[in-house]
Amino acid sequence: MRPRRDGVLALALVAAIAALAVPSGWDALAAGLWLAMIALILLLLFRPMAVLATAMSALVAAILGAIALALLLAGGAHGTDAPGLWLGALTASLVVWRVLERLSTLGRGRAVSLAVPFLFGLWLICLWQLVTVGFAIPSVLLPPPSQIAWVLASSLSVLGADFVQTFIRSMIPGYVIGCGAGFLVGVLVDRVPFLQRGLLPVGNLVSALPIVGIAPIMVMWFGFDWQSKAAVVVIMTFFPMLVNTIAGLAALGRIERDLMRTYAASYRQTLLSARLPAALPFIFNALKLNSTLALIGAIVAEFFGTPIVGMGFRISASVGRMDIPLVWATITVAAVTGSAAYGAVALVERSLTFWHPSFRKAS
Amino acid sequence: MTTAETIGAAPARSRVRLALTHGSALPVLGVVLAVIALWYAGAVWLNAQSVLDRYERAGRQSWTVGELVAETMNLERPVLPAPHQVLSELRRTVIDVPVTSRRSLVYHGWVTVSSALLGFLFGTLLGIVLAVGIVHIRTLERSLMPWIIASQTIPILAIAPMIIVVLGSLGFVGLVPKAIISAYLCFFPVTIGMVKGLTSPEPIHLDLVRTYNATTPQIFWKLRWPSALAFLFASLKVAVALAMVGAIVGELPTGAQAGLGARLLSGSYYGQTVQIWAALIVAAVLAALCVAAVGLAERGTLHRMGGRA
Repeated sequence: MRPRRDGVLALALVAAIAALAVPSGWDALAAGLWLAMIALILLLLFRPMAVLATAMSALVAAILGAIALALLLAGGAHGTDAPGLWLGALTASLVVWRVLERLSTLGRGRAVSLAVPFLFGLWLICLWQLVTVGFAIPSVLLPPPSQIAWVLASSLSVLGADFVQTFIRSMIPGYVIGCGAGFLVGVLVDRVPFLQRGLLPVGNLVSALPIVGIAPIMVMWFGFDWQSKAAVVVIMTFFPMLVNTIAGLAALGRIERDLMRTYAASYRQTLLSARLPAALPFIFNALKLNSTLALIGAIVAEFFGTPIVGMGFRISASVGRMDIPLVWATITVAAVTGSAAYGAVALVERSLTFWHPSFRKAS
Repeated sequence: MTTAETIGAAPARSRVRLALTHGSALPVLGVVLAVIALWYAGAVWLNAQSVLDRYERAGRQSWTVGELVAETMNLERPVLPAPHQVLSELRRTVIDVPVTSRRSLVYHGWVTVSSALLGFLFGTLLGIVLAVGIVHIRTLERSLMPWIIASQTIPILAIAPMIIVVLGSLGFVGLVPKAIISAYLCFFPVTIGMVKGLTSPEPIHLDLVRTYNATTPQIFWKLRWPSALAFLFASLKVAVALAMVGAIVGELPTGAQAGLGARLLSGSYYGQTVQIWAALIVAAVLAALCVAAVGLAERGTLHRMGGRA
């Protein structure tokens, strides 16, 4: 059987040759790298290889192409004067797509499931850099990633102070108090069916409301410092936790309840050894949801007045001064913080609820 | 026999009793009354200090508890306004003022809701397109899906002011920038729900249509899409609430002239607590109405499809 012709790579080859043909200011080094990439694409097109070998060769081709494009960019290729640059970007995108597609067929191993999104994200950042520099987009609109990284590195002390104020001093206490209170009230409400039937619809309604709006009131009540931000976080995290705890405590099956009753287990014993473990997936669901909500609450509350430190303050102040790269640097810190908080909760979840179907390997 | 059947069969008098003992109307009413009572108690508690301060400045020596309580509920700038103060502010700004006036909360509410709905539309479309791509193209599933999940750990609301200012400097003002923020918040639940919904047909059903030699579009329209609708509506309820949040936060930058977010901000600048609470109540009611509207659409659609939901 003849191997299926590879349309994506064939298109990439055409674009690559066209990129060389149009005037775009290729110097010897860039052109050499580009030709090496074309050679690799030709090899991939006419010599069928194993999946991993294909992916790796395509990856090498993509890296060669990216370096060539970076050299072209550094040499002053610019905007519509250099159509070769954009044809080159198209080529490299197609090659990267082929890498991702080949890697995706490799199965569901851990390395693959990390490598594919990582490469995809890396390529998006490269494209972002290429477009912002290539079209000379003013940094007020969208700064290139390199500039953001530079600002991030050079204002680490400022960003560190913001991080401590917003994350350590505002968000963590609010998160702990809000989730703790939601959980305790949930357990109490569970004992009183009347409250349960009354609170659940109200709690569901409140979870759908724009709670961020109470931020100005909290700032009035608790002052400009971290207490008001923590209060906003408490209120934002309370209701998701309450609703999920109540739902989780009701999740234990009838058979398991009956079993506990045949053991003559007391309310406490049933709660601790059967109902709470069964509620854990719901509780962790709320904890994960809240980790993002809490950061949002802490940052948005800072728009209504702060001491002159904090991520929300940094963002609104820098927007006012049109210092957009610093805003993006703050956003990067916030995004990494948010992802890390989410990831930490997810890790704890994985170790505590390993028995849940969603974590068991399909056999 | 379920409760609903029991109620249907019972005579009118015990029907009422059943609804009270088994339904959630009475408990919900109880909780709401408790919240209002707590609110009044809180208003007295929090406002007492400023009333006492005022008495002291006026040199007044004797006062009764009744006077104190009455005054805490009628301050002009209370720490916590009493419910009836918020209600009278609502009546003044919703009913008494013409709808076109800048002082009307109906006008501000409409500004917010219209951009929220526009964003909801964008976000839903984007979410569905992404989900369709992810379900049909495996490379997208492996490469894009993790980033979609990661995108929600970015506090997008935090950069709302920047998006507004940047788009404003490009000449985009009014609805569109706020709608973009709403759309960013909306697309995530729709994508997640639709990926789940579009992959929800049983393998046996997929095999069946494949034996009919159905094409991919036919499988999509006749099997995947109908089975995804229930998931879609569940996600839409979450998304429309998020769209309201996005629109309100989008109005917080000082540039915004109208909208509930702008009312919140101006209220916090001038210490007009009653105005803030009134805007909050309107926002809550509008969000609840939007969710209820999606719920109605859900019932209608599923009913027409022959479901019993």
